[in-house]
Amino acid sequence: MSQRNSLRAAAVGLLLLAALGAPHAQVQEQVQEQAQEQAKEQAKEQAKEQAKEQAKELVKEQDQAQEQGANDPLEGWNRAVFGFNEGLDKVLLKPVATGYKAVVPELVRTGVSNFFTNFRDGWSAINALLQAKPVVAAQMVTRVATNTLFGLGGILDVASDLGIQRQREDLGQTLGCWGLPAGPYLVWPLLGPSSLRDSVALPLDLSWATGALTNDGAARIGLTALELIDIRTSLLGADSLVDSISIDKYVFIRDGYLSRRRSLVYDGEPPELPDDGKAGPACVPR
Amino acid sequence: MSFKQVLATVSLTLLAAASHAQAAPDAMIKQVSTEVIDTVKNDKAIQAGDVGRILVLVDTKVMPHVNFQRMTASAVGRHWRTATPEQQKRLQDEFKILIVRTYAGALTQVKEQTTVQLKPLRAAAEDTEVVVRTEVKGKGDPVQLDYRLEKSGSEWKIYDVNVLGVWLVEQYRSSFAQEIGSGGIDGLITKLAERNKAAANKT
Repeated sequence: MSQRNSLRAAAVGLLLLAALGAPHAQVQEQVQEQAQEQAKEQAKEQAKEQAKEQAKELVKEQDQAQEQGANDPLEGWNRAVFGFNEGLDKVLLKPVATGYKAVVPELVRTGVSNFFTNFRDGWSAINALLQAKPVVAAQMVTRVATNTLFGLGGILDVASDLGIQRQREDLGQTLGCWGLPAGPYLVWPLLGPSSLRDSVALPLDLSWATGALTNDGAARIGLTALELIDIRTSLLGADSLVDSISIDKYVFIRDGYLSRRRSLVYDGEPPELPDDGKAGPACVPR
Repeated sequence: MSFKQVLATVSLTLLAAASHAQAAPDAMIKQVSTEVIDTVKNDKAIQAGDVGRILVLVDTKVMPHVNFQRMTASAVGRHWRTATPEQQKRLQDEFKILIVRTYAGALTQVKEQTTVQLKPLRAAAEDTEVVVRTEVKGKGDPVQLDYRLEKSGSEWKIYDVNVLGVWLVEQYRSSFAQEIGSGGIDGLITKLAERNKAAANKT
């Protein structure tokens, strides 16, 4: 459309020139230029058509790749654990989280959430460093320092008010960044969706829990339980939305988890599927 | 240059420029997002949880900018071509309700401080398909919200949305493929209609 318009515009301009009585030679030049432009436009159009055809082929490939389904060879086991988790959530986690949200004032809940997140930010800083992202690591260290020193030990999120962005990193992302593929989808009891790669990282990811701060057994259990409730409360809205928009909740959560993890490994800009590995690991500068 | 030549050049340039003046895709997204969020912020009924009003808002402000046929065809995959026109229309209608409800659900999270920030657009001037990246900032972590747009005529239309790293249309592809596998296209239509009715009754 736009080439036609520009051609039209140029043609009108040409007419104007002729009407103004420009010398014949100039008009001839213009006509030659026009012919060249037209030829160029045609070549461009052809190239575009070719590109469109190629894109169609790619979409066909993607269709086929998608229809093969996600990497889920253990679907039977995963669905069973998923069912168990849903049941546990319905009778225990969701009621507790709902009650927590109803009873505890928002200010306190935000403070609790900030405290746990601040602690996690330390782990993000370490992983950013492991992923050769020094700028992000420095940012996260600044966040933790600011919030701990000026935010009452992390209860106030002063760093966000100052505009220091958070970038969540964990060991699973670090491994993915350096080229370890996600592997098959796995669902763990209570812990929920994971992948083989993320599960390998899980023990270390979990060890950096606020519960590790104390040696007192009861306090440790209390802190871990509170962190769990805090996470579940933050997911109450998302969970009810997923319930209403998913056809098969298991498939929805599985595909959502795998897509999101892939996006996180590439910090929000994953290469287009199908991923034939040509792009290389995310951490290696391309 | 003679005066006539100058006049000719100027008129040529003006005409060329006029024919290229179209709304940029990222400007359109920014305008629609800001409009929608401002409406939600100012409407007490929506903030109180009136789902009907959010649905109307999304329907009137956002949906005109969406290419639903492409979205549905993309989500259904290769089976789209085997569907009859009536089936295609029903699929489109039910999928549209689903998408509107998804977007509306996200809008219930809009608070006073929520703003939409546009990220720099990485596209050449002649591209007919672009990705516009935005971030919704409010309390807590910013939410990544990207749009895939295609040029149709002089307008840009959305054909896929990415929330938190997940492209919705791709997300639905496996679910749809599974339903079609077990119940055919009619099975999928029934399942979608069921799901939409159940959600409508809940609100």
